[in-house]
Amino acid sequence: MPHEGDGPFIAVATRDSDFDSLASRFRALAPAADYCAVRVVEQVAQTVSVRQDVCEPPQTMIDRGAMVSVFDGDGIGYAATSDLSDAGLAAAIDRARQWARRSRRRSVFTAEPQLPSAHGAYRSPTGRPMTLSKAERIELLMRESRACHRDPRIVDWAASLWTTQVRQLLATAEGGAAQQEFNYTVPSLHVTAFADGLTQTRSWGGRGNGFCQQGGAEVLDRSGFVGSGATTAEEALQLLAAPNCPSGRFDIVLMPDQMMLQIHESIGHPLELDRILGDERNYAGTSFVTLDMFGRYRYGSELLNVTYDPTRREEFASFAFDDDGGAAHREYLIRDGVLLRPLGGELSQQRASMPGVATTRACSWNRPPIDRMSNLNIEPGSATLDELVGSIEDGILMKTNVSWSIDDSRNKFQFGCEWGQRIRDGRLAEVVRNPNYRGVSATFWRSLAMVGNEGTVEVMGTPYCGKGEPNQAIKVGHASPACKFSGIDVFGAER
Amino acid sequence: MSGPMQPFFELVDVATASLRNGEVLLADFVGEESDFVRFNRSRVRQATSIKQAHATLTLIDGRRRNVLTISLTGVPATDRAAMASAVAELRTELPSLPEDPYLLYSTEPSQSERIERGRLPAGEDALDVVLSAADGADLVGIYASGPMQRGFASSLGHRHWHEVDSFHFDWSLFHAADKAVKSSYATARWDADELSRRIRAAREQLTHVARPARTIEPGRYRTYLAPAALDELVWMLNWSGVSAKAQRTKTSCLQKLADGEAQLSPRFTLRENTAGGLAPAFDAAGFTKPPAIDIVAAGRHAGCMVSPRTAKEYGIPANGADEEESLQSVDVAAGELATDAVLAELGTGVYVGNLWYLNFSDRAQGRITGMTRFASFWVQDGAIVAPLNVMRFDDSVYRMLGTHLVDCTRERDWILNSSTYGRRSVETSRMPGALLSELTYTL
Repeated sequence: MPHEGDGPFIAVATRDSDFDSLASRFRALAPAADYCAVRVVEQVAQTVSVRQDVCEPPQTMIDRGAMVSVFDGDGIGYAATSDLSDAGLAAAIDRARQWARRSRRRSVFTAEPQLPSAHGAYRSPTGRPMTLSKAERIELLMRESRACHRDPRIVDWAASLWTTQVRQLLATAEGGAAQQEFNYTVPSLHVTAFADGLTQTRSWGGRGNGFCQQGGAEVLDRSGFVGSGATTAEEALQLLAAPNCPSGRFDIVLMPDQMMLQIHESIGHPLELDRILGDERNYAGTSFVTLDMFGRYRYGSELLNVTYDPTRREEFASFAFDDDGGAAHREYLIRDGVLLRPLGGELSQQRASMPGVATTRACSWNRPPIDRMSNLNIEPGSATLDELVGSIEDGILMKTNVSWSIDDSRNKFQFGCEWGQRIRDGRLAEVVRNPNYRGVSATFWRSLAMVGNEGTVEVMGTPYCGKGEPNQAIKVGHASPACKFSGIDVFGAER
Repeated sequence: MSGPMQPFFELVDVATASLRNGEVLLADFVGEESDFVRFNRSRVRQATSIKQAHATLTLIDGRRRNVLTISLTGVPATDRAAMASAVAELRTELPSLPEDPYLLYSTEPSQSERIERGRLPAGEDALDVVLSAADGADLVGIYASGPMQRGFASSLGHRHWHEVDSFHFDWSLFHAADKAVKSSYATARWDADELSRRIRAAREQLTHVARPARTIEPGRYRTYLAPAALDELVWMLNWSGVSAKAQRTKTSCLQKLADGEAQLSPRFTLRENTAGGLAPAFDAAGFTKPPAIDIVAAGRHAGCMVSPRTAKEYGIPANGADEEESLQSVDVAAGELATDAVLAELGTGVYVGNLWYLNFSDRAQGRITGMTRFASFWVQDGAIVAPLNVMRFDDSVYRMLGTHLVDCTRERDWILNSSTYGRRSVETSRMPGALLSELTYTL
């Protein structure tokens, strides 16, 4: 398959793999089984970082391997290998088949599981290919780095650019084949200021790579990364001079780079169907949501509309098929505040006997797929940011998540932000540092009082959503407007 | 032996032969052959075998370096070609990269070998034991079994190999909703009877969590942290807390301790104990690690983890730390409190079996929040009265492990980190329980 506009990765990603012939070889080796599939993943990732005007060792990763899955009645076995020769694939098929046999009549499935056979292709939108060499990436980062060091109180600063290209094939023994190609671009920058025993860190693009999107160089263009060094340094100094966030009950406005975390932890994880079915109770946790709540439970105020949207092309976790071959379509999970459907792929849907969405995914070739949240978004409302702020007499606006903690049922949470700003008489006032708030998911979303319009929406995400046994950190996307919540328990720092 | 040690060293030999004058090649190896079987409701959820190996190659020429990680297949001809291609790509880019003023690697060749062969179960055997012992109960969890390998070799002659076999079953038995008993069994020598005994013991403990649960009001309560709970708390200190770079850039959660502005309790001592852990005794720059590194000695700052890069940047000695400058073999000193006296010494308060989802509510001041989880109880007059509905705590490390630390237990648990992000962890901790005179609960 051609790689239009994929820049310097062309030679690496295509040099020794031909997905069509690999699918043919796999089918020739596949045993007679109720279902047999191979998922091949090739990944090239490149990270360049500059810290304090010095280039850190540039890192490239070229990774390739395959996961074979075999169904035998209600038993499913998986085996992963980086050896894609006939012998390597045959060995993996044999190991997967053994696990399927051992699991038969002892699995969580009460009926023989069925998976679709996918046919089709997907490719990330790439408006402008990322053609920058490592040296050019370093120079780009160096310019921002040099702009950070504007005051002796700034004690650390760093900028990075992480790009990844993934090619993936899902082929079934029965002839199904879905090929998907993804380009990810993730710029980041942070600045730390210190004085008189206080430390404040301000990041651009969300701490922990919150600005992460599919696409090439155009992601950098629209991100506003150029010029971020000077503004971020200035904001770090403002935080250093700012008073501590006050404590008490306030109306708050959460900006999209905090809303993404709020959605992720207290809507996304509780709606994962495998959690609801109990799979994650030993590690990631359970959920306060139960199967009987779908279709009737009031999750939030009538302003709350939440979609699973794999079709927003620039968003981090857009795709055409999940890793079990399910075709991905946009669906409302919560509409007008009422809970409608869970984040569960084909196998979980069969276990729960309810519809879900195609969102069974693995972090790479070396892990079996499980239910994930993929792109989980809040649909915009009608308020401008000025209207959100203008509606508050005494409150706080918060930006950029820095701390997150929630109980294993996804109910009691406490989140913190880098940046706070008092709202007085409907206007933004002084900056405050270390704003934190806490609440309970089951009641927090009912305090949603206003939802920002499309003009307030930002497309964010995280590359590090952790879950599963064995553990998997996966890419997810969150697009959200700014939102207002009423009567929230807010507090500041230790001093 | 049949493992990947010789094939890896031979790959490095071949790549070394292709180097040009002045070039140095460092090669770091990570591999495993693992069976993962996941359970839910005492049934099999997912059973997976994974065979993987990756080599991280660093090509150095003068003060320039370039780094590339590749997956290895185990097929010698394929891997030789991949290594040759990788070295060629690194070489092509190298002249365009800036010189690195903080480049530091071992130039003195060294060798080591630690191979610990165990007795691991066949997949069928472990499955049978778990499902039989858990029959009729609600067991959820995972076992991981197989060899894990770490290696380092260089064109200068370094040859280090570390390979351990391990079986690790990490599971919970549930009573209802979120009320459960969490257990684990980590060993290099599989013993079916021992695993059955542990599952039976956990079933017996379920009687405690089956009682009607109690919800406590936010406030301050005398609290006992079992070893697994203290382990969660101490690992938070690992999140940039003990890093030399973090301490130099004022971003450590132990900054006040490092700067001499605060102390922890004289009853709290923390060190990196490489000699007593499962992690390799060499780093990715070819340096060997000391047997132990003191981090906190009787409540006072004693040291930190220093990577080669940080060492060069700040002109301080490296001590074998990885790039993240984190502990891998955590060792918290035992105290004088007998474990069987814990309930009596606690008196009335909270017994925390496990903590969960910790994060900083004020990193600079060492303030940490998190949740109680699994088997946590309300204790009255030295007796367990009721399981506790989950509570959020939010308190400073300078109080929890400082002014409010009454004592640590005499006995310690050896805990194998169950993390499997990317690969199975070789991190361990030796951890006592800790009695606190009070802990602040907020929600």
